[in-house]
Amino acid sequence: MTTTNHADTPVSTEERPRRGWLAKLVHHRKAGVVGAAILLVFVVLALGAHWFAPYSTINASGAVFAPPSGRHWLGTNDGGIDMVSLLIQGGRISMLVGFAAALVAAIPGALVGILSGYFGGWVDTVLMRITDFFLVIPVIPVMIAIAAVWGPSLFHLIIAIGVLLWTSTARVLRAQVKTLRERTFVRRTVNLGASRTRVLYRHILPHVAPLLIAQTVITMALAIFYETALAFLGLGDPTAVSWGTIIEDGFLRTAISTGAWWAIVPPGVCVALVVISAYLVGQSIEEALNPRLRVANVSPRSWKIRPLVGRGKDAL
Amino acid sequence: MNTRTLDYVLKRIGFSIMTVFVVLTFNFVLFRALPGSAVTDLSRVPNSTPALREALARQFGLADSKWQQYFIYLKQLLHGNLGVSYINGLPVWHNLTTDLSNTIPMVGLGTLLAIVFGIWSGVTSAWRWHRPADYLLTNTAIAFYSFPTQWLGLMLVMIFGRYLPTTGMNDPFAVGGSAWSHALDTFRHMILPAVAVALTLYGQYTLVVRSAVLEVLGEDFVLTARAKGIPARTILRRYVLRNALLPIVTLIALSIGYVVGGALLVETVFTWPGIGLAVYQSVLSRDYPMLQGAFLILTLSVVMLNLVADLLSLKLDPRVAE
Repeated sequence: MTTTNHADTPVSTEERPRRGWLAKLVHHRKAGVVGAAILLVFVVLALGAHWFAPYSTINASGAVFAPPSGRHWLGTNDGGIDMVSLLIQGGRISMLVGFAAALVAAIPGALVGILSGYFGGWVDTVLMRITDFFLVIPVIPVMIAIAAVWGPSLFHLIIAIGVLLWTSTARVLRAQVKTLRERTFVRRTVNLGASRTRVLYRHILPHVAPLLIAQTVITMALAIFYETALAFLGLGDPTAVSWGTIIEDGFLRTAISTGAWWAIVPPGVCVALVVISAYLVGQSIEEALNPRLRVANVSPRSWKIRPLVGRGKDAL
Repeated sequence: MNTRTLDYVLKRIGFSIMTVFVVLTFNFVLFRALPGSAVTDLSRVPNSTPALREALARQFGLADSKWQQYFIYLKQLLHGNLGVSYINGLPVWHNLTTDLSNTIPMVGLGTLLAIVFGIWSGVTSAWRWHRPADYLLTNTAIAFYSFPTQWLGLMLVMIFGRYLPTTGMNDPFAVGGSAWSHALDTFRHMILPAVAVALTLYGQYTLVVRSAVLEVLGEDFVLTARAKGIPARTILRRYVLRNALLPIVTLIALSIGYVVGGALLVETVFTWPGIGLAVYQSVLSRDYPMLQGAFLILTLSVVMLNLVADLLSLKLDPRVAE
């Protein structure tokens, strides 16, 4: 997350105290910092689920559909199991699936994006045709078909989600690599006799890495979203509690007709919080890397004639 | 139609045909050819004698080589034969056409609501850029975009379940009414699922419309129009929205796959007897021919609708071909 501030930090960082650096980050990337903070809370809760969960997620600790109270902050579900504990445990699996699927998606995304952007020509044409194909295919039915044929398990879920979510990463990276390839420092390196592999590893890869991270964070949000969908359709791992299976249980076991909103509202809110914060973080990283993204949007938005020279205060 | 336009149209059609073919093949490979696939795995028949295995293999056409099976599959598809459902013994094609005719009105209504509301809120938030209305509309859109579809559906059931029907397509006890009251009943059942579809889609549309409109608002001709004193409403309708239409059409087309996925979840929540519910039930009962057929129809319709959108954007802006 610290990468967010690079583009913004002026040359004079060394003179400033360390506190100013953090304050600056918080000031300029408010949304990103808030998102990162929320994500961090969820990650910590997921990692330390065993310590944080107040009750067991297997044995009943209260009455059936007990409303929220001092003992059970979010009440209990149809089996008398504490909802807070379920949410913490469920977050663990949901985030695991999201994270793993995003990693699975990052590999083909990065490969296709970098190769087709760097080599161009027929490599680009072939790879982009394949990407177009994956863009047209509706994601959820394909995931259902894969998960249904292979059988429900976390591993299959991760693969099914991961192999379908790499297209936007590939497209974003391709565009970035295409412009990088024409930048002076890369062309100079090529003219100095650097091999293709060296240019790719030393110059292209480090420049697209933060973008890849941003895209992976966004993919993670999408993957969590799709995990809840598949779990809701009965294709989740029956042995693991996730936010998706909590919603599914609420639906199947009549939490609604009982009026037990606490058994169904919180998991959806958790998913939305994680998805929104992941988007905020991903967007901040992208904006920090590409300050033009902001300026280009600002000049038309603010109804001003674009300055002839310079930006900000010193604009003419 | 000049050569370049024709070239573009032919290329798009060619790509669609190729996509269809790949989808057909994927459908075969996934369900039939992969090792341990659910349909071909006869070891799942417990205590079977060799004779029974052979009879089963012949009945399901597993005795032939994979290539032969593939060609038989393609040939049968051309004849519209998608196999027979394990559950009700009717041809899959028959089941799916009924389901599809239930799905289309509901999802169509939902998508229409989403487009109308998405364009309204996107244009409004772009016009009120960085003012309270913009923040309110954009943040609401992002929130609805982030909630799981099925969860939004369940919330609707929870809040409006008292006033509107939440399951099925018709009241099973309303027998003998006129055709008009029957249609009215269906419409009442359609409201909540259609609103659920609209809610999951409109967030995305709002964001797309907003950024497309913002881009056009920065153009010089808009500034000129303002300088000429043309009223804001006219500028928006005649100058801005027309130019913003192209990215909007493209992105709505790309969201069709998302519509299909959303419809699947919404139909499951509201037990709307459409193709999505058919997928859900065939997953639960492991009715592979139905699942395979539904998957095929859903993917093919998305490919076709994308082709339509491509041709529509060509109609809107002939420069696309260049």
